[in-house]
Amino acid sequence: MIHNEMSRRRLLGLGVGLGAAATLTLAGCGGGDSSGPAAGGDGGKDYTGPKVDLKLWNGFTGGDGEIFKTLVNQFNSEHQNIAVSVATYQWEDYYNKLPSAASSGNGPDIAVMHMDQLATFAARGVISELDDVAKTLELTEADFAPTVWQGGLYNNKRYGIPLDMHPLGFYYNKSVMEKAGLDPNKPPTTRDDFTAALTELKKSGVQGFWISPFQFTGGMSFYSLIYQFGGSLFDAEVKKATFNADPAVEACTWMVDMIKQGHSPANVGQDAEYLALKSGKNAFTFNGIWQINDLKKSPDVQWGVAPLPQIGSKPAAWANSHNFTIVKQRANNANKVQASKVFINWLSQHSLDWAKGGQVPARKSVRESAEFKALAEVSALAPELDYAAFPPATPGLGEVITTFYNSFNEAALGKKSPKQALDDGVAKANRQLEDNRKKYGS
Amino acid sequence: MADVIEVGAARGDAPPPAASAARRGAKSANRVGRATPYLFLAPYLVLFTVFGLLPIVLGLYLSVHQWDFQLPNRPFVGLDNYKELFSSDSAVFGDWWQSVRATAIFTVVSVPLLVVVPLGLALLLNRSFPGRTFFRAVYFAPYVLGVAVIGLLWRFLLDANLGLVNRVLGAVGLPSDTPWVTDVPWAWISLVGVTVWWTSGFNAVIYLAGLQDIAPELYEAAKVDGASTWERFRHVTLPGLRPVLLFVMTTTVLASANVFGQSFLITQGAPGTETRTVVWYIVEQGLRNNDAGRAAAMSIVFALMLAVVSLANFRLFRYRED
Repeated sequence: MIHNEMSRRRLLGLGVGLGAAATLTLAGCGGGDSSGPAAGGDGGKDYTGPKVDLKLWNGFTGGDGEIFKTLVNQFNSEHQNIAVSVATYQWEDYYNKLPSAASSGNGPDIAVMHMDQLATFAARGVISELDDVAKTLELTEADFAPTVWQGGLYNNKRYGIPLDMHPLGFYYNKSVMEKAGLDPNKPPTTRDDFTAALTELKKSGVQGFWISPFQFTGGMSFYSLIYQFGGSLFDAEVKKATFNADPAVEACTWMVDMIKQGHSPANVGQDAEYLALKSGKNAFTFNGIWQINDLKKSPDVQWGVAPLPQIGSKPAAWANSHNFTIVKQRANNANKVQASKVFINWLSQHSLDWAKGGQVPARKSVRESAEFKALAEVSALAPELDYAAFPPATPGLGEVITTFYNSFNEAALGKKSPKQALDDGVAKANRQLEDNRKKYGS
Repeated sequence: MADVIEVGAARGDAPPPAASAARRGAKSANRVGRATPYLFLAPYLVLFTVFGLLPIVLGLYLSVHQWDFQLPNRPFVGLDNYKELFSSDSAVFGDWWQSVRATAIFTVVSVPLLVVVPLGLALLLNRSFPGRTFFRAVYFAPYVLGVAVIGLLWRFLLDANLGLVNRVLGAVGLPSDTPWVTDVPWAWISLVGVTVWWTSGFNAVIYLAGLQDIAPELYEAAKVDGASTWERFRHVTLPGLRPVLLFVMTTTVLASANVFGQSFLITQGAPGTETRTVVWYIVEQGLRNNDAGRAAAMSIVFALMLAVVSLANFRLFRYRED
């Protein structure tokens, strides 16, 4: 899922021009690179060595970028001997650029990365292990949600310290619900409620649940439903694709039936389901948590957000997570590595402000704080953390997941039956998985 | 080898006679003279070597390896990257040929339109009428927009359920639910239509320059001989435009075959991967899946295909000249 998480943001980014990078040098660059004695390797508790400059890369091109920048400024003013500078790129460019930058010695010291990218970058030797950071900072699974914490592992070694998680949420338009005689403060939570509500909406002339055939957001909704119906995308070792098994076919059929039963128009375009929700033509949609801040900009839209309704036999929701990683350098500089760890730890503890950017903090203590609970919309999605369906940690999985989304696209556009589309997709995905095993030798 | 050193050493010991020195001087001037064209060519030659020749050689080298520059293990695989493009049980076979098919459809449909429509535009814009400069600018205007701008613009205009195009069609009593960007053949009509709208202005400007190069005397003579408008077009304009036509044809075929942005942004490959083009697929293999070897092999096969088309194109126009 190299795709930018935020389709709206992707639009803006493309409009501005691919590859245009905004480099924000935050800290006044003082002091040359350290050559003094290395500070004790205590895994990131504190840093007492000579002043170091750290480069950090991320892909936060939206409003979250500003919040991140503020946090970094605060860190810099609290740490006189560490100066962090931030460069922001489009995620897609960023992941293409990072390996070559790192191998030529022009890469960052710290890189923010999606969980599903960790394995690929670890296997390709771009990022370093962080087990000692976790150990010294006494970070354990108990401090995080197990799903997020496990996601930072590859081959039983830790490569990422989770910052947040961003799941799919259930957005509903309150005025449309009201018009159909539904209680706008009680969004449906079960399959029966959900279909009953759709029937009411249909009576009032609204197609209530638009099914997008694209990854954003129909594909991700389908992803969630597979897990809700008790299935999975791959087997436990990620050797075989399993998204043509019964639960997946059932989930896909349920979604395609939404179109057949007239709860969704056919041929929904990219972003159309979301735009229709905002303009009152659609009542329900599953979309990323990042849309909260976008919806807040439209005060005339009466909307709410809740965890995904349970359509299958158990709750589940697609999610991904931003992780901090430390980039391997050609010239090893112990001071920089140490300072990077201090930064990562500090930011992880201060992730409440980050929640205002529309992300659920990974750290339990922050999530349980009263301040976080006061962020009504974002914290409404926090319960999803327990059953979030994160992508597995296997290198080179990006193209296989693209194959998965393409087969859903064919089913949702009625080019093939759900079973046929998924069978074809799995056949291709299995060949890709085999290819990857040869390449990464796992 | 030993002989050469001896000669050199002998020459160093004894100063050469004057006559010989003079002859050598003349020789060196002559040498400089002969080097002149190469010196003038050198700047381009250097650029061509660095940005043209070297990448081609490197591409050939990459294409026989399994190449991920980040992995320590980059084994030589011989022709495997090529073979898998032609063996139906490989992971890329289906996607690769589907992308070739998509590119071929786009090229075959768009090139005739992009050759003919701009010619018509240029003929109109070549006449004198009030506001001519304005219209010349108007028709050229879309071309200055980036592909990202026109891609997003049309994606929203063509949206099946919310787009303006279907709204307008509905208002005049035509079907208002055409899936312009999510189903074939509509997606092809959209992609070709948008591309014609976007790039016609560029070809029109080239035609316009060509038209202005045709001597007015030829038209006068034709008129005196009683040639009709069509005959003047057929026997004066078209022959006069032949080199321009060849240029437009060749560049348009290459540009159409390299289509990427339009389908990436407007149809996003939908339905399934039916509108995913070759360049898009190569980028995906090379940059997203970090398989530069495979991407290089695809690029080379694709370049060979285009070379054949271009050759045929040159043949066609040379034949007419004879």
